Amino acid sequence: MADKVFISLQNNAEAQPIITAILADNPAAVLNESPGMVKIDCPSRLVIRRESVEAALGRDFDLQELHINLISLGGNIDEDDDEFVLYWRT
Amino acid sequence: MAKKLGLKERYALLTRGLDWETTYQPMDAVFPYDSYEGIKIKDWDGWADPFRLTMDAYWKYQSEKERKLYAILDAFQQNNGQLNISDARYLSAVKLWLQGITPLEYAAHRGFAHAGRAFRGAGARIACQMQSIDELRHAQTQLHAFSHYNKFFNGFHGFAHMRDRAWYLSIPKSFFEDAMTAGPFEFVTSISFAFEYVLTNLLFMPFVSGAAYNGDMATTTFGFSAQSDESRHMTLGLEVVKFMLQQHEDNVPIVQGWLDKWFWRGYRLLGLVGTMMDYMLPKKVMSWAEAWGIYWEENGTALFHDLGRYGIRLPKHHEVAAKEKQRLTHEMWTVLYQYGNALSLHTWVPDDEEIAWLSEKYGATFDTLYKPRLLFLRAAEQRGERYYNNRLPMVCQVCQIPIFYTEPDDPLTQCVRIVEAAATRHHCCSDGCADIFNHEPMKYVQALIPPQQIYRGEAGGARDIFEYAAWLHLERDVDTGEYRGSPDQKNWDAWQEAHKTKPANAA
Ligand SMILES: [Fe+2]
Ligand SMILES: [Fe+2]
Ligand SMILES: [Zn+2]
Repeated sequence: MADKVFISLQNNAEAQPIITAILADNPAAVLNESPGMVKIDCPSRLVIRRESVEAALGRDFDLQELHINLISLGGNIDEDDDEFVLYWRT
Repeated sequence: MAKKLGLKERYALLTRGLDWETTYQPMDAVFPYDSYEGIKIKDWDGWADPFRLTMDAYWKYQSEKERKLYAILDAFQQNNGQLNISDARYLSAVKLWLQGITPLEYAAHRGFAHAGRAFRGAGARIACQMQSIDELRHAQTQLHAFSHYNKFFNGFHGFAHMRDRAWYLSIPKSFFEDAMTAGPFEFVTSISFAFEYVLTNLLFMPFVSGAAYNGDMATTTFGFSAQSDESRHMTLGLEVVKFMLQQHEDNVPIVQGWLDKWFWRGYRLLGLVGTMMDYMLPKKVMSWAEAWGIYWEENGTALFHDLGRYGIRLPKHHEVAAKEKQRLTHEMWTVLYQYGNALSLHTWVPDDEEIAWLSEKYGATFDTLYKPRLLFLRAAEQRGERYYNNRLPMVCQVCQIPIFYTEPDDPLTQCVRIVEAAATRHHCCSDGCADIFNHEPMKYVQALIPPQQIYRGEAGGARDIFEYAAWLHLERDVDTGEYRGSPDQKNWDAWQEAHKTKPANAA
């Protein structure tokens, strides 16, 4: 089985649209909830798209705003203005 | 209007071409530390922060995090949030955090300031600078959050005094001092990669989630806020490791050696965190064994598979950690329990419900080996003979944990390894620590071992464990010892009673 990347966010109202966008854009992603936080695991690669977050949020979004509700992550990162990608090279 | 620069361009402007080649002195004289470890760097521009955080964005998002954090801390304090935690026993975990972990944040602040000065590449220097500031923020926010508990509970008052004096705090302290006395590449590998990337997820995710479950919104909020900085630090850690591995093949064995060493040191330190999860959280979220399975065996090994392309393998002795995961926290709790007269936190025998939870999580191992011991200790306490080991333990020359863990393949035999250097014999807790000692014996023979120093009279001349505790500024059975019957417990029960009988409209 492919190794999983993950991203973990605070489970608060502000992060909900981001979580929604991630789950919509990554069909293989699995949401794990525990008190105060969510952890989203996904085999090999996970992408966060600025446009999808903006659509869920109803306003402009800078991907670096992720830092505010981000808790942790696992994977190599490739970030530009439109996409934030987590991936393993295995 | 000029087009707004993209993220990659903005980061490139910050980190490329702003530095210069020195001319009054050769570069090697200005940056003597980034070559002596043997790491070969061909091109410093190969270093990039994948988050590409620029200074303006850094300040903007950090200040927003601070605003949110302090709004919650203020509300917690004004609403007497301390009354909404699950049980005052929970605070033993918070005391251990304040005493053991907060000073590490401050040490990380110092260490990264030093590492930032030592690297000659601008990208590396900027990443270290941001991390150094982050770590200072972590120390400060933790002190601010915990200071509220200090008004109501015992054991919080002397963390700074105790840091250099308490035998059990030499476990975290020696970890960081080992890292800070290494070169800058080893330091960053040890802290950002091994400790932060591979291991701190276990503290900041399952434990902090546990704090939320136990009603401690102060710890939860600073914990998650700090961990969002940590995710940048981890990324730096992974980046520095990849950078070294890509720059020169001669770097590979050096980096593998550091990964082996720091995986083991970090894992040994985490035994305390596991014990916080399994024993100090009155309401439990996830067991240590489960957390180890997710955060190391799944997420941590994924990282090592990714690095396999450079010839990196899983860290040495990872299989020992797998063998120990069913027993680590039970063995550690027994140690803390018995040395309770020299700890600034309370210990206790878990109640029946908690013992049932431990049985469910740890199955036959717990039921046959550790449950009988807990019941034995409980019976002694009920007879009025609460067990204390009023001596100090022999501790490992490397990780400084008391030598009480058991053989990887035999949980009934104590694991001791004797190493020799400079015509003296030293004791280690494991093959992992013995390997670390044997690789740099002249470093570890210098370690000050607290119980030995205390018995030599270096602890204010203390002659027994009670005089030693007094020298730590600990009041017997107030700051130290059994939870049941302590002032913390009596106060807690009285406050809960008052809370319950308060008329509804006063809420
Ligand atoms: Fe930190
Ligand atoms: Fe950090
Ligand atoms: Zn050891």
